[in-house]
Amino acid sequence: MPEAALKPGRYFMQGNVACAEGALAAGCRFFAGYPITPATEIAEHMALRLPEFDGVYIQMEDEIGSIASVIGAAWTGALAMTATSGPGMSLMQENIGYAVGTETPCVIVDVQRGGPSTGIPAVPMQGDMVQVRRGSHGDYESIAFAPASAQEMFDLTVRAFNMAEQVRTPVFVMADAALGHMREPVEIPEPNTVPKIRRKLPDPKTDPQEIQGFLDEDVAPMPIFGHGFKAHVTGSCHDERGMRNVVDAQALDGFVRTLTRKVEKQREALIQVESEETEDAEVVLLGYGMVGRAAKAIAQEARQTGLRVGSLRPITVWPFADREIQTLCENAKRVMVMENNLGQMLPYVQAAVNADVISLPPQVLGTLHRPQEVLERIQEVIS
Amino acid sequence: MNNMHHPLAKYLRPGAEVTTACPGCGDGMIAQSVLRAIDEMDIDIDSFVFVCGIGCAGWIPSPYFNADTLHTTHGRPIAFATGVKLAKPDRRVMVISGDGDLSAIGGNHLIHAARRNLDITVLCANNGIYGMTGGQVAPTTPQHMRTATTPYGNPEPPFNLCKLVEAAGATYVARWTAAHPRFVTRAVRQALNHEGFAFIEVMSQCPVHFGKWSERGGAVDLLEDLKNRSVTLRQEKRLSEEEMKDQWVVGELITEDTIKISD
Repeated sequence: MPEAALKPGRYFMQGNVACAEGALAAGCRFFAGYPITPATEIAEHMALRLPEFDGVYIQMEDEIGSIASVIGAAWTGALAMTATSGPGMSLMQENIGYAVGTETPCVIVDVQRGGPSTGIPAVPMQGDMVQVRRGSHGDYESIAFAPASAQEMFDLTVRAFNMAEQVRTPVFVMADAALGHMREPVEIPEPNTVPKIRRKLPDPKTDPQEIQGFLDEDVAPMPIFGHGFKAHVTGSCHDERGMRNVVDAQALDGFVRTLTRKVEKQREALIQVESEETEDAEVVLLGYGMVGRAAKAIAQEARQTGLRVGSLRPITVWPFADREIQTLCENAKRVMVMENNLGQMLPYVQAAVNADVISLPPQVLGTLHRPQEVLERIQEVIS
Repeated sequence: MNNMHHPLAKYLRPGAEVTTACPGCGDGMIAQSVLRAIDEMDIDIDSFVFVCGIGCAGWIPSPYFNADTLHTTHGRPIAFATGVKLAKPDRRVMVISGDGDLSAIGGNHLIHAARRNLDITVLCANNGIYGMTGGQVAPTTPQHMRTATTPYGNPEPPFNLCKLVEAAGATYVARWTAAHPRFVTRAVRQALNHEGFAFIEVMSQCPVHFGKWSERGGAVDLLEDLKNRSVTLRQEKRLSEEEMKDQWVVGELITEDTIKISD
């Protein structure tokens, strides 16, 4: 139904709305959610817009139900998503592990707010960055992108769907309250120029007994429901046919390693890092999401005063771009990790680079870094 | 001898013919009742998505029924089924799970699916105890009964699941027991023909854990006990609250007809 898509052009749009429009442009036709500040506008916009695409919106009884019904819808072949914030993310963790274990493509948007616990709903924080990496029990790899503008709320939501379909796993969009609520110009592309990757399906002529629909490092075809594939989908340890094996440690080893390697093998397609003037930089400011924007602006300001400062913004936060960051920081003496938290990604940067790594949260958590303070720190470390 | 086969074996997933249920368990009887209904109605089993949760009863369809099967996390099969049904309404979606899965950890999804009158069938195998973990108290365990986690007796009263889903808005509700396999089959047929949220509670025997703790005996004694505790709607009218204390009503408790009358 292309007439439902927005006309291409420049719009003044809220970040959360841009995210929802990105989902629709990518082909999302199922949304389940539960109201939560600061993510609610995504649900509201999907409730308004999905019927125009013959899609389904449902407000579930909680976030556990939201992610559960998203996974159920994904198994019918739909592109499905949910959006929430920290408390909802915490509730979803068990079923996120289920989506990983059953190789269910879906998109989960986390518009982060101040935490722990109820925290402050409308104040931005980057408090869920490590939770999204390892929040569910067991051992697994995550894929997460961190947008820095309303435009990227659109673009990276499209990309999240495409990568979810390509890798057959949940993909996270890690926004925050400022980004979700901010209004900015957004360029909406021609609908048929939006890239659309779709999951592999088994050959419909295959004997259901022969379908190997799980545990392939190169991503198995997904035996979606309703096509006579007789899929057996279980969160229990299973084999390539989906058949449960809960007695054999060797089977568990294969289950965990194959799912992990599957993501690692897609690393090239997944990793995106933006950098500016890092080649000769003495100091590199590293930040992701909204903070990455501040890092870039402050580095430019420092250059104007003659300081050799560069900036680096991981757009893909998981898998962690350690090799790329190492290369970009090769000549740097110091890397300042700017995060709106007390150093969640810091240990990963420390492990990746040879330079001195300094943690630089904003002076007041939940607010933007003040350029003057950062510039003073730069001058301190350079002199 | 080689030509003998079970008439319902054609519905079983090749390679998954060996049951994991304990000797005397009611799950096999429930599985047969469901498959017999599908067979009698001559429905293509590929038109189903079976959804189940964690616990013994989750293993009724998974992996045995040779159809699309979604074996979910504990307590959440109805929430997963909601996504399946809404995204692909032409599927017959049937949830088969236990009392702990559906009414304790998953109680919220149960009442909300009933409230929405979601067009799915939920069959709850109620054995009154957590079997898979070794006999702990459930929200369906009789009051005062000892279990592994109520060594001094269960201080809490049990749920009446049929009344619960009725109050929440279910439009087909039936209760039978594993000792009434023909009636369970009939209820499954009614439920599959029903448009809206259909709930079937099957009181079932767990000789290994419930039998041990309740001291009500083995599988045969428990089946006898299930029959003795069952009263019809008509019999119930003649019994006092005190006399009904350890009994339950069996039959079709809510149907399209009863809804029309109450409207």
